[in-house]
Amino acid sequence: MKVRAQIGKVLNLDKCIGCHTCSVTCKNVWTSREGMEYAWFNNVETKPGIGYPRQWENQDVWNGGWVRKKNGRIAPRMGGKLRILAKIFANPDMPQIDDYYEPFTFDYEHLHNAPESRTPPTARPRSLISGERMEKVKWGPNWEEILGGEFSSRSRDVNFEAMEKEIYGQFENTFMMYLPRLCEHCLNPSCVAACPSGAIYKREEDGIVLIDQDKCRGWRMCVSACPYKKIYYNWRSGKSEKCIFCYPRIEAGEPTVCSETCVGRIRYLGVLMYDADRIEEAASVEDPQDLYQAQLDIFLDPHDPGVIRQALEDGVPQAWIDAAQRSPVWRMAMDWKVAFPLHPEYRTLPMVWYVPPLSPIQSAAENGMLDSQGLIPDVSQLRIPVRYLANLLTAGDEKPVTLGLQRMLAMRIYMRARHVEGRRATDVLEEAGLTEADVEDMYQTMAIANYEDRFVIPTTHREYAEEAFDLRGECGFSFGDGCSGGGSIDLFSHDVRVGPSAGGRSGVHAGERS
Amino acid sequence: MGDWFHILVFGYFPYLAATVFLAGSLIRFDRAQYTWRSGSSQLLRRRQLMMGSVLFHVGILFLFFGHFVGLLTPKEIYLAIGLTSSAKQVLAVVAGGIAGAVCFVGLTMLLHRRLVDPRIRRTSSAMDIAILVILWLQLVLGMVTLPFSWAHRETGDIMVTLSLWAQKIVTFQSDAALHVVDVSWVYKAHIVLGLTIFLIFPFSRLVHIWSAPVGYLGRRGYQVVRSRDHKRTA
Repeated sequence: MKVRAQIGKVLNLDKCIGCHTCSVTCKNVWTSREGMEYAWFNNVETKPGIGYPRQWENQDVWNGGWVRKKNGRIAPRMGGKLRILAKIFANPDMPQIDDYYEPFTFDYEHLHNAPESRTPPTARPRSLISGERMEKVKWGPNWEEILGGEFSSRSRDVNFEAMEKEIYGQFENTFMMYLPRLCEHCLNPSCVAACPSGAIYKREEDGIVLIDQDKCRGWRMCVSACPYKKIYYNWRSGKSEKCIFCYPRIEAGEPTVCSETCVGRIRYLGVLMYDADRIEEAASVEDPQDLYQAQLDIFLDPHDPGVIRQALEDGVPQAWIDAAQRSPVWRMAMDWKVAFPLHPEYRTLPMVWYVPPLSPIQSAAENGMLDSQGLIPDVSQLRIPVRYLANLLTAGDEKPVTLGLQRMLAMRIYMRARHVEGRRATDVLEEAGLTEADVEDMYQTMAIANYEDRFVIPTTHREYAEEAFDLRGECGFSFGDGCSGGGSIDLFSHDVRVGPSAGGRSGVHAGERS
Repeated sequence: MGDWFHILVFGYFPYLAATVFLAGSLIRFDRAQYTWRSGSSQLLRRRQLMMGSVLFHVGILFLFFGHFVGLLTPKEIYLAIGLTSSAKQVLAVVAGGIAGAVCFVGLTMLLHRRLVDPRIRRTSSAMDIAILVILWLQLVLGMVTLPFSWAHRETGDIMVTLSLWAQKIVTFQSDAALHVVDVSWVYKAHIVLGLTIFLIFPFSRLVHIWSAPVGYLGRRGYQVVRSRDHKRTA
């Protein structure tokens, strides 16, 4: 057993209101730079839909994630090392920027300068790459917002697998949900595996997956290998970039920007300990539907004295073990089993988990024909089909998702009975396999969701690894070139280091007209 | 053209180019590694790149190693394995001609794409365009030498002469330049432009050649984990 700890995350989709605050605050902090305009480390999609970049979940198109070979071992779906290198001159599995969207600005100045005309002037879009007029903006990070677009396009969503999807195109049966997406900081990341330069790595201390901007050579295999399409190639710097899990904030014990600013309070951050020796074993189980359970099995109980002893021996600080014992992520994933990994069938063992959303009971039930097998309404009557959620979260296995939804319903029924009718509906809890203490905890964590219950983040213990005295007078955060700053050596750096503060060349001037 | 100029270009310029090539690469790697990259534009436009880039790279890799082996293998070695100068020259012309043609098709596609596609044109630096144009000219010059070499296939003396020059340059013999006084202008132009590519190499995206990730094949397992405590890094 080798104990490692990671800051994991849960998103409670039941409470996501699709406001995009997470996306916007993330964008403002990390990706509002030339070369990264099209990149959203966090974006919120409306499901069902094919998403951003188009069809990201369809691995027949992009070949992301892992496959289990006949001999029982796993390899990147793109191919083994030799096949990956064979794609280095031109990568057939890589999206083009139009699959995300061509970044654009508007000719705002035209609104000021337009001559008098019968109709009001408009600001038309212009490409931020080529500077040319764009007749039409065709895609974006939330293009199918609130079921935008026609069903025939949206229904290419692979989560409809094994479903009679046509009926969900009818107005009466339509359903929707939000899916905020970011890097999963996987236990078995396929981006790391596919990087020929070895520039992508997982941090042992907190599990954050980062790209070494100095070592990245822009071979762009990671873009294809990531099944979540959460690695973005910066076309200005020629390097790949990804969600950094706001590591400067996490190190200081603060939540990521997307979590901090979430108005729905749907995001949770907490420590999970896992057995690093069993990662490959868990990712290699034969049946994709067993991957969810296999991942649960390598998480280690932070209350187990044996685990604690081994954790300390493996260098996990005591503060991290304490945090793991209070981790909201552990509770939702392990104690209550209401949170699930996103697409476990990719075999990446993702570490950003999702609580599936409840949805209204179908109209038949509303008319007094409520069909419940017991005290809890039948979750198969929820407007969002359980199978759809299962395809998203458990490789199509409906049982765990059903249990999760039942528990959330049971919590509602119990709390409603207590607050409205003044009675203790313990019979409901029995059916859902929960105790009163469980449900009180669930209510506190998931419904009230106080700041300190959502974010249990221990600060990084630099003193374990570094001599702080040696760090005095160092340059702190810099953009990829250490302390050299680059400014004085323009011979090599020309204009690749374009950031919000660096000025630099902009691709287009607003108001320039064709 | 005076003798002094010939000596400068074929006797001293190779060392100047090699020094800038090596020292420049080292300094750039050390001081500005963030700029060290392949500079792929595939994200912006797949069209023409998928075919062009593969043909170009396959062709130019073959040409590079062909030149390397052809120029630097001492005459005694290939004579010893039964290859005459004449046969070697025919082999070089035929193999080089095929690889050159493959490379030419690819490179022309890439150059056309870079100059004509508005996305690629607008995001190219002056050096991105310059290096492609120079490579294209160099390739054309190389192709132009083929009929000259073919004409000398009976003796194979052209390639003997050129490789003697190259071998004397890399072994620091001061009379290297004298060997190429009488070769045709095409070879001279090809050599000068070739050395110029070495000269500008560290200032261009060509530096990615140093980083050809062959080491990836030998990497154990797939995962990379880094620890802040460097002693413990897995």
